[in-house]
Amino acid sequence: MDTIYLLIVLAPLFGAIIAGLFGRQIGRAGAHSVTILGVAISFILSVVVFWAHVFGDAGVYNETVYTWMVSDGIQFEVGFLVDNLTALMMLVVTFVSLMVHIYTIGYMQDDPGYQRFFAYISLFTFSMLMLVMANNFMQLFFGWEAVGLVSYLLIGFWYKRPTAIYANMKAFIVNRVGDFGFLIGIAALVFYTGSLNYADVFAEGQSMSEATITIWPGWTFGLLDLALIFLFIGAMGKSAQVPLHVWLPDSMEGPTPISALIHAATMVTAGIFMVARMSPLYEFSVPALSMILIIGAITAFFMGLIGLVQNDIKRVVAYSTLSQLGYMTVALGASAYAAGLFHLMTHAFFKALLFLAAGSVIIAMHHLQDMRAMGGLRRHMPITYATALIGSLALIGFPFFSGFFSKDAIIEAVGYSEIPGATFAYWLVLAGVFVTALYTFRMFFLVFHGEERYDQAHKYMPDHGDDHDDEHGDDHHHGPLQPKESPWVVTVPLILLAIPSVVAGYFIGPMLFGDFFADSLFVLPEQDVLATKGETYTGVIGFVLHGLMLPAFWLAMAGLGTAWYLYMKRPELPGVIAERLKLGVRILEDKYGFDRFNDWFFAGGTVRLGRALWRYGDALIIDGLLVNGTARSVGWISARIRHMQSGFLYHYAFVMIIGLLVLMFAFVI
Amino acid sequence: MFADWPILSLLIWLPILGGFLVLAAGRDAPHVARRLGLAVAVATFVASLPLWFAFERGTAEMQFQELASWIPAFNVNYHLGVDGISMPLILLTTLITVIVIIAAWESVKDRIAYYMSAMLVMEGLMIGMFAAMDAVLFYVFFEAMLIPMFLVIGIWGGPRRVYATIKFFLYTFLGSVFMLVALIWMYIQSGSFLIQDFHALQIGMTAQILIFLAFFMAFAVKIPMFPVHTWLPDAHVEAPTGGSVILAAIMLKIGGYGFLRFSLPITPDASAVLDTLMIVLSLIAIVYIGLVALIQSDMKKLIAYSSIAHMGFVTLGFFLAFYIYSNTGDWEGASLGIAGGMVQMISHGFISAAMFLAVGVLYDRLHSRQISDYGGVVNTMPWFAAFFVLFAMANTGLPGTSGFVGEFMVILAAFKADFWIAFLAATTLILAAGYTLWLVKRVIFGAVANDNVAGLSDMNRREFFLMGVLAFFTLLLGVWPAPLLDVMNATIDHLVAHIAQSKL
Repeated sequence: MDTIYLLIVLAPLFGAIIAGLFGRQIGRAGAHSVTILGVAISFILSVVVFWAHVFGDAGVYNETVYTWMVSDGIQFEVGFLVDNLTALMMLVVTFVSLMVHIYTIGYMQDDPGYQRFFAYISLFTFSMLMLVMANNFMQLFFGWEAVGLVSYLLIGFWYKRPTAIYANMKAFIVNRVGDFGFLIGIAALVFYTGSLNYADVFAEGQSMSEATITIWPGWTFGLLDLALIFLFIGAMGKSAQVPLHVWLPDSMEGPTPISALIHAATMVTAGIFMVARMSPLYEFSVPALSMILIIGAITAFFMGLIGLVQNDIKRVVAYSTLSQLGYMTVALGASAYAAGLFHLMTHAFFKALLFLAAGSVIIAMHHLQDMRAMGGLRRHMPITYATALIGSLALIGFPFFSGFFSKDAIIEAVGYSEIPGATFAYWLVLAGVFVTALYTFRMFFLVFHGEERYDQAHKYMPDHGDDHDDEHGDDHHHGPLQPKESPWVVTVPLILLAIPSVVAGYFIGPMLFGDFFADSLFVLPEQDVLATKGETYTGVIGFVLHGLMLPAFWLAMAGLGTAWYLYMKRPELPGVIAERLKLGVRILEDKYGFDRFNDWFFAGGTVRLGRALWRYGDALIIDGLLVNGTARSVGWISARIRHMQSGFLYHYAFVMIIGLLVLMFAFVI
Repeated sequence: MFADWPILSLLIWLPILGGFLVLAAGRDAPHVARRLGLAVAVATFVASLPLWFAFERGTAEMQFQELASWIPAFNVNYHLGVDGISMPLILLTTLITVIVIIAAWESVKDRIAYYMSAMLVMEGLMIGMFAAMDAVLFYVFFEAMLIPMFLVIGIWGGPRRVYATIKFFLYTFLGSVFMLVALIWMYIQSGSFLIQDFHALQIGMTAQILIFLAFFMAFAVKIPMFPVHTWLPDAHVEAPTGGSVILAAIMLKIGGYGFLRFSLPITPDASAVLDTLMIVLSLIAIVYIGLVALIQSDMKKLIAYSSIAHMGFVTLGFFLAFYIYSNTGDWEGASLGIAGGMVQMISHGFISAAMFLAVGVLYDRLHSRQISDYGGVVNTMPWFAAFFVLFAMANTGLPGTSGFVGEFMVILAAFKADFWIAFLAATTLILAAGYTLWLVKRVIFGAVANDNVAGLSDMNRREFFLMGVLAFFTLLLGVWPAPLLDVMNATIDHLVAHIAQSKL
């Protein structure tokens, strides 16, 4: 099996290197062929691995590939841990990645950076696979930062746009705040266990929960609580949880395929995956779980609200992603790791689908993203319309669509949970269902239904249009806009993603209530909310019928109905409501002021502090008073002495050495 | 087979004599000077390879020893040898010198023979310093090495080179005088100038503290530590590209080397008493200097400040040992910190060399180091931009590059000492990303900022080769640091065992 895992990881890396270094030589077709081949190999082998693990009798694979280094008795290794959880993640990552690779052929066809783009997304696939397949914390951290690097490169892909290169720097630095916590968390675990390997660390989970650390006189923490909270700060960065969520909406500056791949389906779920992977540790820390629960619930509800006032189609989907990541996080906090992972999987499919559908719309609209200039697209783009409808229904949790199963499971699990904060979280995620349905179908109706508003396109063109022109050579300034369906390289991935967006939910039985994750996840019996739920589980149909009687379903229907009423039936009404609720709208449009505060306090404050330290510390005190004061006196003396000397610097230095030797001589005698 | 050969002498004298030969033969023939200089540098590099391959791993003994009497009256010997700490630094020196010689090929137009000669002589002297087992020999090389550096900054430097040179001179001279006094005192005590005899010396606490401070003056300036760091940005700004590369990649390491060779083993008890001071200064270097780096408008100054912040990890890693012992009652983690500091030094040798070369590449074209004169360089220099982003990421400590390894080790070790030390040290993840990526954003990305940038030509083959070599080592050390650790582990474990014994 060793070879197969290595191949899965290295095939995309190979493609990335070829396309990146020899892009000019192999040309566009060469670049997309070699990278798609690499990812396709990964995908097919991932299917084989998944089959072997889930349906075959392949046991948990946990082996070292090579020893990275040994220091102080600690083994730093690179190795793979493959169990059902890993196999599932590998499947999701390679499948979505393959779809995005194919889609990119159509989406980026006019872009001069075509080869570079393929190199990046293949490199991303490699990094993400290293992350999910790691069997130790160092490799996890490698993958963790490597996906951040590729995200940085891809958000700033159109490097001429000022907004893009601001957004990518912001994304990297905010992620680094999370990584800072992540590293401290790892250090805390290594401090106690002396090992970086999952197996060694997990074995000590329970005993570590009894250890304490005094970080301030009289202020003692559980060591495990501390470690896990810091690890979760890392997850907050990568999985964009409040308050480290601020980078994700801006990341929409990147090309749409990567919004689907990185900022919806895979990278942003790394934090969810990480916490689930660490369930043998998190189970022993109620404070950490409680924090996860509350942060997740806040993200789920309040980020969804912002989605209501966004006009950029990608930003709506982005805020929706934030909100859905919040749902996954809530599930983790309630110890329903399997439900979180299940939602991760269904969300990966339907959110990638929605992003790619949005991208298809954006192509048709000649890179216009503002929904106020769209409308009625269902007549022009039937395939995009149908697949987007499937994605939207999955997102709001419509019965028999995948999101219904995963979201219901989360909400019920939170309802059963007794972790502090569970009640608070329960009400927020429940209310979030209404919000989700409202923003989703607001977007859906504005884009695909209603009157065609293409004549207003010029009003809503992004102000970086000029740069954009250079890259795409498109012609949106000339003639009336006539949207048409996208080419097959775009629509085929949409169709292929629409299938799992429906059927993925039907695996709820084995994944949540069966033994699918038995080897991967660990849940304490008294915290096992999914087991409680599982007692009444009778099958898919039974789950749906039960769900129809729950408030979540009716809230979703209410949201859908409200969207229909406001945007189809009475389109003049939203403006009136916005006028009435001016303050609320302004707060939402201001995104609760996070960006303004961060710019002023963190970015601005750091620069002000640096300037003050430099001016008063380095320049005034050290150089001005201490150094140059001395230098002036010495300079005065040397100016006198210089007359006696030859003027060559090295003479001085040699005289100095000789003088020192004489001095030494005298001293010793 | 190489163990008995006088490789170390060869490595010292080949470049020194070669340097004079370059001067003699190439004074009026720049082509000869360049080719001869390169030949000598490459020959020295090749001659240094046996050190790596024939080095016996798993022992802390000094290897490749050479012994000859020099000044018998004072028991001063020409005594050379290397262990796992000095050997990698010598290899770094021989590699970087080749890079510097090639980098000067076209960019140094004035008195090229002198320049090549100064670089080669400096190489020999630096190797001599790393290889010296005798304190007087060490001291002679330690001081003599500065002469070619003064010349390089003084002759080929920028407009304020005189100020920078004097500052550099004053700092380093003041520091080393005290060290000399300490060395002589220990000679009187032990009757020998052999550094290992100093290690075995039993010294009282007061004397240890004085000796520690004397060494501290010498090495803290070199590495440099806050608050004696301000000479470095000035020296870098005025130095020509090659001078900056040598300064950052090798000369700073002499301070770190000195701490390991002298301060820790000779004065372990004083180190234990003063370790809080050292750790606080190291953390100031990481946090304060990181903030100061953020607002620099001169690229070289920014990278110079970044160097100081990175060296903070070196001194932090070295002086964690006693803190770890007092916190956990165990020395486990001490050698992780020291090894982390060592790895950080080697890694910084590659990354800072590449960063200063990159600034040199831009400077050769536009004759400006101001960040505001650039913008959108990626449009006209895509290959350069790719390398720049790679090294910038290495500078931020991205895993997979060498910059990660040392910082990771030191942070892991720091947690064993104290939560807050690890916490403050780890802020480098944010600060380094801040100043480095902001630099990248302003210089590399964006639309073409002005006509000068529009007229830039991408790297030529020579520049590409230099960047490629450094990129190779940066990635190799990031992906597989085991070989380097295998070389150092025995020496570092021995050092930790040694400092665990009180000398009182």
